[in-house]
Amino acid sequence: MRELLRRREFSLLILILLLMLAVSLRAPNFPQPGNLYDIANDTAILIMVAIGQMLVIITGGIDLSVASGIALTGMSVGMLNQYFPGIPIFVIILISLAIGFVLGSFNGILVSLAGIPPIITTLGTMSIYRGFVFVLSKGEWVSAHEMTEAFRELPRGSLFGVTNLLLAALLVVLIFAIFLRLSRTGREIYGVGGNKVAAQYVGISLKKINYLAFTLSGVIVGLSGLFWVSRYASAQNETAFGFELQTIAACVIGGVSIMGGTGTVLGVVLGAMFLGIVNNALTVINLSPFYQMAIQGFVILVAIVANTLVDQRNQLAMLRKREL
Amino acid sequence: MMARVAALLMTWEVILFLIFVVVVIVNSYLSPYFLDLFNILDTTFNFMEKAIVALPMILVIICGDIDISVAGIIALSSLLMGMVSAAGAPTGIVVLVGLATGLSAGALNGLLITRFGIPAIAITIGSMSLFRGISYAVLGDQAYTKYPESFAFFGQGYIGNTIIPFELVFFIALAIVFGLLLHRTTFGRKVYAIGNNPISARFSGVRVNRIRWIVFSLSGTMSGLAAILLTSRIGSTRPNIASGWELEIITTVVLGGVAISGGKGNILGVIIGIFLIGFLKFGMGLINVPGKVMNIVIGFLLIVAIMLPGYIRALRNRSLLKRQRQKPGRTSPGLAG
Repeated sequence: MRELLRRREFSLLILILLLMLAVSLRAPNFPQPGNLYDIANDTAILIMVAIGQMLVIITGGIDLSVASGIALTGMSVGMLNQYFPGIPIFVIILISLAIGFVLGSFNGILVSLAGIPPIITTLGTMSIYRGFVFVLSKGEWVSAHEMTEAFRELPRGSLFGVTNLLLAALLVVLIFAIFLRLSRTGREIYGVGGNKVAAQYVGISLKKINYLAFTLSGVIVGLSGLFWVSRYASAQNETAFGFELQTIAACVIGGVSIMGGTGTVLGVVLGAMFLGIVNNALTVINLSPFYQMAIQGFVILVAIVANTLVDQRNQLAMLRKREL
Repeated sequence: MMARVAALLMTWEVILFLIFVVVVIVNSYLSPYFLDLFNILDTTFNFMEKAIVALPMILVIICGDIDISVAGIIALSSLLMGMVSAAGAPTGIVVLVGLATGLSAGALNGLLITRFGIPAIAITIGSMSLFRGISYAVLGDQAYTKYPESFAFFGQGYIGNTIIPFELVFFIALAIVFGLLLHRTTFGRKVYAIGNNPISARFSGVRVNRIRWIVFSLSGTMSGLAAILLTSRIGSTRPNIASGWELEIITTVVLGGVAISGGKGNILGVIIGIFLIGFLKFGMGLINVPGKVMNIVIGFLLIVAIMLPGYIRALRNRSLLKRQRQKPGRTSPGLAG
């Protein structure tokens, strides 16, 4: 029980509940099931991409190209749908995954085979992918009336009352929670991030793990790109601009160490939910959406400092226990 | 002797300079308007503010840190300058406010990073959001457009009656100051020491956290300075001012040969990198390449530029190894390099 209380996820959960309570006092319609459901839907894409981002951060890297990847996949499938409306939606889903796979693999190859630091690689591919959106579209948008009904309905359609978008997010959460916790490769990802040298000594291939993390992040990005343009019913050059920093923020708030080696799927989900609730709360209490960025920045700073202080205290406590 | 000449030719600055020469030649071949003194001087307006922020970024990255918040600081400085000039402040006060805002923002970054021992990338992602967010919160979709008349000189002025932009001369002066600071003072040596190994630097008596704090404050102040030039040049403050610059500036510095892992790099390489990217963009603009496509080229340039030295070194080592095998008994001194 005390173990559970000391978990970072637990304190974040308490923080989220307090935030929701505070907002509810100002706006009684905030905690309605309908609104909470909206928040979950609005945050689903952030949750998915942040989980991919977390995989990369745990290995000690960072993926700055996720937003550009979303824009490129989104534009590709959007135009595909515009010019070949006959392609069934499940084929489009597969194509979006494949595009994401290629984009992620390219990052992974540059990092693991060419040995370029992740931050440089993805800084480069961020510009490259975003540039290719423009090359593909020639600056044009794909707007709602150019998309087929099935395409636009993809995120809205539902199964057992849960939207496909939310189902996809749940699926990603479950798969990666199990993969990271229970699979051998999942544990190796933590091993690489925790201590590269030690990981190599026990026979973990750094190249394989680095490549895998970027590729998985890419596949999630591909799926998210499809959901992004179908949900907002428009594919633009500026789609998801700046989103990469939100995914990193969700990770950092969720307790993923930017140095690698630690982080959980649950933490990232809570971190993303926290950002989602803050954004929703602004609209509910009638604050201008222009405040969103400043509050988000403030929240990130407070969360990182708080996380660090808790960590330092825990470490001190551990050292003291050892002395006795 | 030949080996030493070859080694000299293979330094990063020389390779960059050769790429720069190729860019100039190709550009002047593609467009008759490229090699025009007036055009070339005029295009420097487009990248001098970024170049000025790149100077302290060299120090930040050599320290092994990174500052993602520079463009956010530019937005915040520009906001406060817009506020005071809307209230009727004279040019001197506006400039002072710009610098003070930059300094305070940078000092806040440095304080959080060093006081709590948090990685710079995490803190500056948060503060980037905060600084630019304040600008959005205050301005929304509005803009400040009223500035004192004499304020326009900083970003639009020329030296005397010549066609030499003030911004260019100012940048050259600052580059010299930063070059001396990094390469000719103990402060500069300490910056390298921290980047190479912060723990051994601390054990050698370097006040690591204080130096990092100063470096972040410097980065903030120079961002404030860039905000003065940029605001003066475009004559207005919007919340999206300088958006995305942080990554462009970091790209320039890394392309200039500063290792992202810290401890390595110099001013000269980055200066060549600044003009390389600036002229590349100018040339592509002349032949009507859209900005987004330019970004593809620069993205690839960054990746290739980082891969290149490693490959050259690998090739050289392989040929040295081969030569060594052919002549047993003789050691090759070049192998260690």
